[in-house]
Amino acid sequence: MEKMTVLPFNGTKEQEAELKAVIENHKNMEGAAIPVLHKAQEIYGYLPLEVQEMIAEGLNVPLAEIYGIVTFYAQFSLYPKGKYQIAVCMGTACYVKGSGDILEKIKEKLGIEVGQCTPDGKYSIDATRCIGACGLAPVLTVNDEVFGRLTVDDVDDILKKYE
Amino acid sequence: MKGMIENMDMVRGHILCCGGTGCTSSGSELIIKEMEKQLAEYGLDKEFKIIKTGCFGLCALGPIIVVYPEGAFYSRVEVGDIKEIVEEHLLKGRIVKRLLYQETINEEDNTIKSLNETNFYAKQMRIALRNCGVIDPENIEEYIASDGYKALGKVLTEMTREEVIDEILKSGLRGRGGGGFPTGLKWKFTYAAEGDQKYVACNADEGDPGAFMDRSVLEGDPHSVIEAMAIAAYAIGANQGFIYIRAEYPIAVNRLQIAIDQAREYGLLGKNIFETGFDFDLEIRLGAGAFVCGEETALMTSIEGKRGEPRPRPPFPANKGLWAKPTMLNNVETYANIPVIINKGADWFNTIGTEKSKGTKVFALGGKINNTGLVEVPMGTTLREIIEDIGGGVPNGKKFKAAQTGGPSGGCIPASLIDTPIDYDSLMAIGSMMGSGGLIVMDEDNCMVDIAKFFLEFTVDESCGKCAPCRIGTKRLLEILTKITDGKGTMEDLDKLEELCLSIKNGALCGLGQTAPNPVLSTLHYFRDEYVAHVKDKTCPAGVCKALSKYVIDPEKCKGCSLCARQCPVNAITGKVKEPFVIDQDKCIKCGACQAACKFGAIDKK
Repeated sequence: MEKMTVLPFNGTKEQEAELKAVIENHKNMEGAAIPVLHKAQEIYGYLPLEVQEMIAEGLNVPLAEIYGIVTFYAQFSLYPKGKYQIAVCMGTACYVKGSGDILEKIKEKLGIEVGQCTPDGKYSIDATRCIGACGLAPVLTVNDEVFGRLTVDDVDDILKKYE
Repeated sequence: MKGMIENMDMVRGHILCCGGTGCTSSGSELIIKEMEKQLAEYGLDKEFKIIKTGCFGLCALGPIIVVYPEGAFYSRVEVGDIKEIVEEHLLKGRIVKRLLYQETINEEDNTIKSLNETNFYAKQMRIALRNCGVIDPENIEEYIASDGYKALGKVLTEMTREEVIDEILKSGLRGRGGGGFPTGLKWKFTYAAEGDQKYVACNADEGDPGAFMDRSVLEGDPHSVIEAMAIAAYAIGANQGFIYIRAEYPIAVNRLQIAIDQAREYGLLGKNIFETGFDFDLEIRLGAGAFVCGEETALMTSIEGKRGEPRPRPPFPANKGLWAKPTMLNNVETYANIPVIINKGADWFNTIGTEKSKGTKVFALGGKINNTGLVEVPMGTTLREIIEDIGGGVPNGKKFKAAQTGGPSGGCIPASLIDTPIDYDSLMAIGSMMGSGGLIVMDEDNCMVDIAKFFLEFTVDESCGKCAPCRIGTKRLLEILTKITDGKGTMEDLDKLEELCLSIKNGALCGLGQTAPNPVLSTLHYFRDEYVAHVKDKTCPAGVCKALSKYVIDPEKCKGCSLCARQCPVNAITGKVKEPFVIDQDKCIKCGACQAACKFGAIDKK
């Protein structure tokens, strides 16, 4: 694994209570691990070991199994994301229209690789699977905002919006 | 069923706003809000009803608004245009021509044509997408008013389970998820399987990059899938269903949940449906970003809450699926066809399509094409009709080079085969596959070796690692392809590629691995000269592969301004002011900064 910014875990009591309630609600559900992990990631923003331990204990499954699931699925993240999560779509429609160049430019501007977060915790970059907005290709998203029909020259303006 | 029609007040007109992901991404939510505000301001909110629909299909022109009764199709609408539409069109009855989809204007007499007469829609036939862009997907009454849940009623009250299966068998419907397995047979096998508990499941884990058919059906017409699953459950004898859907599709997940809740409220899901004693309920399970979970056994393992790794078949899911119980899994689009087949009959469905591929297929048109979007055509329509007539051809006067179908499992169809009819067997015969329906168009600027590499990067990333042929084989394929695009390939590598492809195809455990070599095999077959150019001439004909591309200054056009030399990060450009500059190819890192800086267009990438 390449170097990442790993911030110390500082979950709050409220978050813990929320997670415990989620676990309680799913206790009798068959195949509960994935739905619970989804909720946990919503609560904490990522899935550090501390959170996985709580889930393993709550659902009474080995931690290794939870860790195995977290690392298997691309949507579960062991690391915190930036305040602004930049995601460049690398679906085929976007790729043939130049999303690869756009991703390169963003990496160069921020000085980090895909999957990493800037040291100040402000930006993180992901290369996502097709988000299905192929009519707007190439597309990137920053948090929930979508930018489409892009060229490499648009990158500067977009980053400026989130300074 | 409780008070229908209660929300269907009489109004003067309807304003249909597209709320699909494509249009939402380009701001349709804000447009709807502005429309509501303007209607209220002009006191028109009782006269016009805004309906947030699913995808119209013409995503390239989004956000889209259609105003009825006139049928005025406004495209690329911006928030600032709303006031004009309200003042001119709604208030004064003058259609805002400036914003109309230009193809709908009759030049001779200045009237507007029906959408069905435009090139984009004329050759389409909408069965799976029948309600998308027509009804409000968040309102069950609109679905019911379009014959919704009529098929479920018919099946439960007039047909035996065997008759239902026979009807689906007779229709010739084949799985729309890619494989093309006869749907009726799947139903029959699960019906015949021994077991006290059976399940139906829906595969909405649409992972092919560039494919968004299933998402559009779920966003635009979620009830059709729910109804079909209830019909399937009745036929095979299940009372519980699961819909496995990508978490990356928040709008679809939300609408599906609304639809399930509404269906429960109306007694169309739950206990004793239509008072026939039939019980059926549905649950949504979210995926978490693993392509392999589109494979049926991996999908079921994932629903069980584990790492989504495939299992060897047999036993097939029809006998041992979810929690080792008989399970029948169909794809979203397959399900969307079911209610229509029941309502109109297998004989009607049989008249559409080709001898072995019946009905229609939805494609997500993307890439280098004018009308990107969602289209549904009868099987047997040629690639040329889809790309040239419906898709409006390749933009910017570029030449059509290839079409990619079937995503990472499919292949590239070269321009010479553009007259191939699109059906399961014709596509197989030319080394591609129907896949779930992604259709990406490429022009002369796309490098086919790079495309093969792109797909292999995808499969290497997504290989679950359970079996060696896929885990190790795809990695080796990618290494060889990278070597070629770096200009270090040999002719032997091409043979090695081919040999390795065939052993992966034969040896891999599941569909992902077995089809992963297809993009390599098909490009190697149809675009071998491009591979050879990379290996022998060390050039990339399309100018995509960075290591092989060269930036050159055209001495005729260069004015000697020195701007490029100042931009170059590695000082590779030298020359005397007012004389042509030159690039030292050994130093150049091919960043393209010089080309971007040149004001005279004197720098070419070759």
